[in-house]
Amino acid sequence: MLFNLTPEQFFYIFRGAGWTIVLSMLGVAGGVLLGIPIALARVSRHTWLKRASGLYVQINQAIPLPVTMFVVYFGISIGGYTVPVLVAAALALTVNAAAYLGEIWRGSIESVPSTQWEASESLALSYVQRMQYVILPQALRISIPPTVGFVVALVKNTSYAVVIGMSELTYSSRVVNNTTFQPFVIFTIAAGLYFMMCYPLSVLSLRLERIVRQA
Amino acid sequence: MIYKFDFSFLLQYWPELLRGVWLTLRMTLLSILPGFAVGTLCALGRIYGPVNLARAIKTYVELIRNTPLIIQVFWLFFGLSALHFRISALAAAVIALVVNVSAYTAEIMRAGFEAIPKGQLEAASCLAMSRRQMIWHIELPQAVERVYPALVSQFVLMMLATSIMSQISADELTGAADLIQSFTFRGFEAYIVVAVIYLIIVSLMRLVMLASAAMLFPRLRALRSPL
Repeated sequence: MLFNLTPEQFFYIFRGAGWTIVLSMLGVAGGVLLGIPIALARVSRHTWLKRASGLYVQINQAIPLPVTMFVVYFGISIGGYTVPVLVAAALALTVNAAAYLGEIWRGSIESVPSTQWEASESLALSYVQRMQYVILPQALRISIPPTVGFVVALVKNTSYAVVIGMSELTYSSRVVNNTTFQPFVIFTIAAGLYFMMCYPLSVLSLRLERIVRQA
Repeated sequence: MIYKFDFSFLLQYWPELLRGVWLTLRMTLLSILPGFAVGTLCALGRIYGPVNLARAIKTYVELIRNTPLIIQVFWLFFGLSALHFRISALAAAVIALVVNVSAYTAEIMRAGFEAIPKGQLEAASCLAMSRRQMIWHIELPQAVERVYPALVSQFVLMMLATSIMSQISADELTGAADLIQSFTFRGFEAYIVVAVIYLIIVSLMRLVMLASAAMLFPRLRALRSPL
């Protein structure tokens, strides 16, 4: 017995960490899928698209993620559907991450020098061509470091799924703490596991930033 | 299935919501200044302190920034109670928020200090200013001015993060919604109402912090330049 914990209790915590990874991946996938159209709408020429996406971002950046979790969770159930809590948590993360990623990518698109827009316009490229061949490839480079940085925040945000009872790392460590009451040991293990997921990504984000800045 | 929305609980439970708002605001306001002060000291320690101190601060910043707030809160709150330290949920929440936001503030302020042009420091040492005078009169005002928008965003994020403090039985705004949900089974409506209240708090917070920028930074006011 290590730290007075049984192997089963260790396994329970590690299984929670596994679900945290699954939830993070779902959140990243959903955030990217929804974030791309939001970023494009934010830089669109249509005023109503700009306004609608701007409103989406503003609202979702002003609502705490636990509240989004609850709204999605109860929203699904009053819609008459029963889904696993993992799906509700992933949806809430998606809604939240899309707002932040959309804003990061809008910044990246807008930081492509305006001469690039002008040059592609004088080459008579259509809006889609301009985006596809000139702007987005350059914006992609700029956007990678802050995007990786946001993934760190997203991994930490999965801990908020505890409020709707999703059995990820925070939840499983709390359950084990409730039965063993060794908070320092258990939450240090949990923190260590989160750290092992987040720190490599943080370092990666910093390195990529240096590379992009040098080029 | 047709769901009928029912917001009538507001008539009965508005005092709970109000109490929740008050606690959320108190946690936030109590954490902002200490968080800023500790964060700034950490930034200074990393730049000017001896190597060991700088390294220790870097470790602290990385540990906090790469673990979720909720784990830090649990560690502190349940940990203290395991040591038979009786501490109110509000106090635990504020301590955790200060420890957490300081790490982020330290990074923001470090960027602010490092962005100050060298000429400013050279001019200050030409005027025979001591290190302390230089930091207080030359560096700090310029650094804060430069990173103020980032600081505002960070403190708004911190306010939003107080929403998990109901997990340690500090019944802030989200906790009030939990309570209403458990009495009325109107979870969806309760959290929608709370979401709208958070929206209002965020807008007011930004408004107050940006308006106070005009007061805090006389140079910007004199130059009439935007933040």
